Amino acid sequence: MGKLAQREGLGPGGKTGEVIAQTLVEKFPQDVKITKATQNRVFATVNKPAWLNVAAFMKDALDFDHVTAVSGVDWLEEKKMWVVYHITSYANRVTAELIVELPRDQLEIDSISNLWGGANWHERETYDMYGIVFLGHPRMERILTPDGTDYFPYRKDFVGGRRV
Amino acid sequence: MDLRLAPHAVAMSAREFVAWSSDMMEQLMQASGGKKAVDKITAPIWSWALRNANYPLHFGIACCALEMAAASGSRFDAERLGMIFRSSPRQTDVLLVNGWVTAKLRPDLRRLYEQMAEPRWVVAMGECAISGGPWYDSYNTVQGVDTFIPVDIYIPGCPPRPEAMIDGFMKLHKKINKEMKGTFLEG
Repeated sequence: MGKLAQREGLGPGGKTGEVIAQTLVEKFPQDVKITKATQNRVFATVNKPAWLNVAAFMKDALDFDHVTAVSGVDWLEEKKMWVVYHITSYANRVTAELIVELPRDQLEIDSISNLWGGANWHERETYDMYGIVFLGHPRMERILTPDGTDYFPYRKDFVGGRRV
Repeated sequence: MDLRLAPHAVAMSAREFVAWSSDMMEQLMQASGGKKAVDKITAPIWSWALRNANYPLHFGIACCALEMAAASGSRFDAERLGMIFRSSPRQTDVLLVNGWVTAKLRPDLRRLYEQMAEPRWVVAMGECAISGGPWYDSYNTVQGVDTFIPVDIYIPGCPPRPEAMIDGFMKLHKKINKEMKGTFLEG
């Protein structure tokens, strides 16, 4: 990496978002679809069965070291849900937004909190609000609402109103 | 004294005897008017002492806690009025609830209230603590602290300024002064 790269805002890792997107597609041609890639951003959708492999590859080979956010999107009419991950690489100064689609009648996905410890509470919160179960999570319990709560408030079919 | 004339005195354990004798003492003081006389002398002193040293619990929940911090800072200096924030419920007189109370927090707040020693007061600061405020009809926010703790003073505002908070405590001082509680031989 030369001085030019530094001037253009590249991190010491030296990979732009375009390069990372290209690497991901070459490694997982069936499972990763790139929506958009710029110098500092990668937008992609990942198939559910390959998700843990993609995450491990991103951590080991592409220097992604921080899970910024995990959240969900409820598509009630399409009968599906999204899990949206924002994973950042400090070395490359790239944030990847990865979307994994789940069918609404089987809301289970592999947990990445064994790869990045910071995903632990994010995944618990996503479970709390959407009811998405993260398999392999060390402690898959509610975090913001008390134990014994029998609803998931961020789902589209949740009826609001006073409960306490 | 012939013990055969008072057999129950012999049958008492030491603890029973202390309870019995202190009970007798209290009844004697009440019947003779001694308690009333002592209370009349001491109640203004207790009241003055309570007013000038009502320590709130240092328990910040939400954005009103920033106003609480500003009130205890050098600009407003709530400490000159006896409001010294203490971090243990055992050392405090006032439970200052400053923020929304979620369903998960409610049992802990109730427990803090019960851990505080008598006499104790509760001040609800801000709209959330009074009625739920912006979280009206929320699925997880308790609709007002007074649904599970008796509240003495309400300070409205979203959030109330430090002056308003200090004014609320001045109202509490008036209330303590009005109660004028004599506590001789109580407790």
